[in-house]
Amino acid sequence: MTIWHIVLLASIAVLALKLAGFAVPASWAEKPTVSRLANLVTVALLAALVVVQTFGSTRGFEVDARLPAVVAAAGLFALRVPFILVIIAAALVAAAIRAFS
Amino acid sequence: MTGAQPQSSPEVAAAIRSSFAVGLAVAAYGISFGALSVAAGLDVWQTCVLSLLMFSGGSQFALVGVIATGGAAAGGAAIASAVLLGTRNSLYALRVAPMIGPGRLKRLLAGHWTIDESTAVATAQPTLESQRAGFWWTGLVIYVGWNLTTLIGALIGDQLGDVSRYGLDAAAAAAFLGLLWPRLKQLQPITVAVGAAVVAAVLMPVLPAGVPVLAAALVAVVVGLTNLFGTRESDLAEAEPDPMGER
Repeated sequence: MTIWHIVLLASIAVLALKLAGFAVPASWAEKPTVSRLANLVTVALLAALVVVQTFGSTRGFEVDARLPAVVAAAGLFALRVPFILVIIAAALVAAAIRAFS
Repeated sequence: MTGAQPQSSPEVAAAIRSSFAVGLAVAAYGISFGALSVAAGLDVWQTCVLSLLMFSGGSQFALVGVIATGGAAAGGAAIASAVLLGTRNSLYALRVAPMIGPGRLKRLLAGHWTIDESTAVATAQPTLESQRAGFWWTGLVIYVGWNLTTLIGALIGDQLGDVSRYGLDAAAAAAFLGLLWPRLKQLQPITVAVGAAVVAAVLMPVLPAGVPVLAAALVAVVVGLTNLFGTRESDLAEAEPDPMGER
């Protein structure tokens, strides 16, 4: 599978999911189990992606400058700092640690 | 679409103001997506096709995140992560479909623009007219803005070279945290987040890239089906995305 296959297959599948919501009866949205599952799956994937992105490396698991950057980002999100500023701050923290170590 | 509607009522004017407030804030962070995508190994064209066609921030970040660690060999897991994160859009579509009304082309475009923010702004409006205005204006502002900033970010990322020197890998982790943060308001999602994080951390050293993320989704399935740590109130509260807290 090339990157182009991945990009196109995933894009079409995600678009199809959106359109599917327009095709099924609206009463499905009222089912609590369905909406609970969709919300919790989103939460689980995002939490796992935070971990993988923070500690992932070619050797499996690694603690480096990304960890303090993510901790700093968590603090800024708790203070309701806008998304884009937090992202920039996280990058700066990691870059500064790497530059001075 | 919106252009044909008279923008007379104060509710519609308020909806359009929220659309721009939310839309411009969200569009700005397409820059980080574009730069991270190029850093993950996609080219500028592939990055732009994702924003044009997939147009769902969480799924796009997930796809390039898995490719960043596993390359094209992790394609299956990358697609599955993006698709699983995209399932919530189906629920949003269910909710906005009655506002959109009939017309195949209109519903096709509405489907494409059904994302966290357009749904959140639309459902927050008091009248049908202002809900429509909120949906279409938010969708339009974010679609145009997100694609422009994706291109800018991809071009910047293309010039940067070694991205870890600029902390872009840490920025990716912070981006996922930012998408997660507004969803952690009740015990149940917090429990799922912690459980999923632990599962991913434990499995990372032993499974190929992308697979630990999918395994972590099982935590949500178990808790969701049994409704552990849940209450009926939390179902209702979680069902509405928060327009200001999304990003």
